[in-house]
Amino acid sequence: MKVKNILADLKVYGKSFARSREGLFFTFVFPIVLIAIFGAIFSGNGGSTVPLYVQNMNGGAPAAQQLLAGLNSTHLVTIHMIPGSVNVTAYVSEHSITAALVIPSNFSSVIGGGGSVYLPFYNNPTVTSSQIAGQAIGAVVQQFNLNISQAHNVIFVRPYANSVVAKGYVDFLIPGLIGFTILTTPMFSVTFIVSSYKKDKIFRQLSLTPLTRGEWLLSKFLWYIIISGLSAALMIGFGVFAFNARVSLDLFLVPFILIGVFMFVSLGTFAGAIAKTEEGAAVIGNIITFPMMFLSGTFFPISIMPNWLQSIAHFLPLYYVIDGLNAVMVYTNYAAAYADMVISFIISAAFFVLAMLTFSWKES
Amino acid sequence: MADSVIEASGLMKAYGPIQAVNGLDLQVRKGEVFSLLGPNGAGKTTTIEMLEGLRKPDSGEIRILGMNPWKDESRIRRRVGIIPQGFNFVQRITPQEAIRYFATLFGVPERSEELLKLVDLYDMRKTYFTNLSGGQKQKLGLCLALVNDPELLFLDEPTTGLDPQARRNMWDVIRKLKAEGKSILLTTHYLEEAEVLADRVGIVSGGKMIASGTPQEIIDQHGSGRSLFVTGSGEVAEKVRKMTGSRCSFDGRHISVEIRENTDVPMILDLVRESGVEISTLQLREETLEDVFLKMVGSVEE
Repeated sequence: MKVKNILADLKVYGKSFARSREGLFFTFVFPIVLIAIFGAIFSGNGGSTVPLYVQNMNGGAPAAQQLLAGLNSTHLVTIHMIPGSVNVTAYVSEHSITAALVIPSNFSSVIGGGGSVYLPFYNNPTVTSSQIAGQAIGAVVQQFNLNISQAHNVIFVRPYANSVVAKGYVDFLIPGLIGFTILTTPMFSVTFIVSSYKKDKIFRQLSLTPLTRGEWLLSKFLWYIIISGLSAALMIGFGVFAFNARVSLDLFLVPFILIGVFMFVSLGTFAGAIAKTEEGAAVIGNIITFPMMFLSGTFFPISIMPNWLQSIAHFLPLYYVIDGLNAVMVYTNYAAAYADMVISFIISAAFFVLAMLTFSWKES
Repeated sequence: MADSVIEASGLMKAYGPIQAVNGLDLQVRKGEVFSLLGPNGAGKTTTIEMLEGLRKPDSGEIRILGMNPWKDESRIRRRVGIIPQGFNFVQRITPQEAIRYFATLFGVPERSEELLKLVDLYDMRKTYFTNLSGGQKQKLGLCLALVNDPELLFLDEPTTGLDPQARRNMWDVIRKLKAEGKSILLTTHYLEEAEVLADRVGIVSGGKMIASGTPQEIIDQHGSGRSLFVTGSGEVAEKVRKMTGSRCSFDGRHISVEIRENTDVPMILDLVRESGVEISTLQLREETLEDVFLKMVGSVEE
């Protein structure tokens, strides 16, 4: 193992990587695009309310106006009015409306008279926005009932965030996307490089020099540490700048990036080595990568997935890297981070052995 | 033998049911250019790859510079240079960078300028590999093979796919290398190339060495000597066959006769004159390596 060989190979590989547009795109542009898109979709910075259509048949009656004001003050819904002259059922289906509330013409008078009144709510229970509108209506109506019956709240819930660091979705997104980059950059390019060097007989050419397989692999490992480190820094920077992300930056991040890159450079080498052709390598790479891309807690926490999917997630190597990154960056839970570190290191070591067993520069 | 750089005997290599190399013997002497000739699929590349230590023979003995290519691989690497067939390299790396990279790996002084000028590639030193022409790529392959200043060079079809000009440039370089005292094992399927460059030639067919020696030795041993090629007719060809007892063919315009005795020549010409055919072509020639090669390879394939 010679450092000068590793550095010479790193220099050449780095140059050839930096000269390819795909490499640069996936390193610098793609992570930013991802964080911009997912950050914009999920960050709850005021913009995200669900539409609620209201047909107010009770006009300017104070009770009806109070109800509307109450709904507005939840900040959960944006109210759109349905003209009083139309048939609500037809209107709802015609405009594909997911949540529509009707305030009947006798609303104020019944409430004033001490009677009961029903508010028709047209909804689609399978749609989240419909459920949210339903919850907003429920909460406002409950408050009305309490006021009219002159009762008051007895039990209150005092919320505490489960984290000392994270406040919004984007804070969880950053560790997930760093994990995503650690997975995809080495997986896709190493799998491709190994299969195409094999096809183009570049490995055969290299085998004629004193460079060894181990040195070559170590140089790829170093290169993708540099690339993943850059991507991670870029994503954290962009997340903080554009979405006010709050993450804990900690030296503990370093071992996870190292182990994660080691894991997927090895796995990518293995995938490229067992493939017979470049196309085959792409297929094998995708089969390995895609489940991990979505089920390891990259774009959303695995806790929102059904139990059986969560069990599958525990078999995905990336899960332990992302779980560890979350433990460090979001929860500052170092005990969990240590456990994840040990598990991911063992998986990486296994992949490395697998890669060295299958990755050959010679033909039999 | 002390002056051999390559000694191989009884080489065998099978791919499944196909016996690619079937008991091949080969010896290359120090300072010579030895050319392995053979049709596609004869086992040339498998042989050279076994000699290079890239493939493991099923059986047989190999000595490269007195060492075993499979066991002493790293020591041999420093003293031999190889252009594999269909040389390829990292797409977005320039010739200069590639040579510097190899020089660092071998731990030898960087002499990219000297090497690039030797093969006439200096002007392209900053062009990405992917943008080089086929001939320029092969030249870079040769530069990389020369980075460690090897004593022995393996050139596997170095001119295949090159245009005539590029091929001649490559020949010039190979001659220069020979003049520097390097031993060279060259495979080719261009007869002309072997005749021009090689001190000795080995003809490979069906995984065996069916002839070896200098081109002249091979012609003498396996050729049928001289032949006379002259304008003629079917009738003349018939008479010539009767009178000389030699093989005589007629292609519709010319007859071609094997000549055994000098006196056959005026006799045949008399027969042509008597027939009244006007002589427009007259050639007495010795069989070339190509004639012998085609005959030998053809006869083995039958």
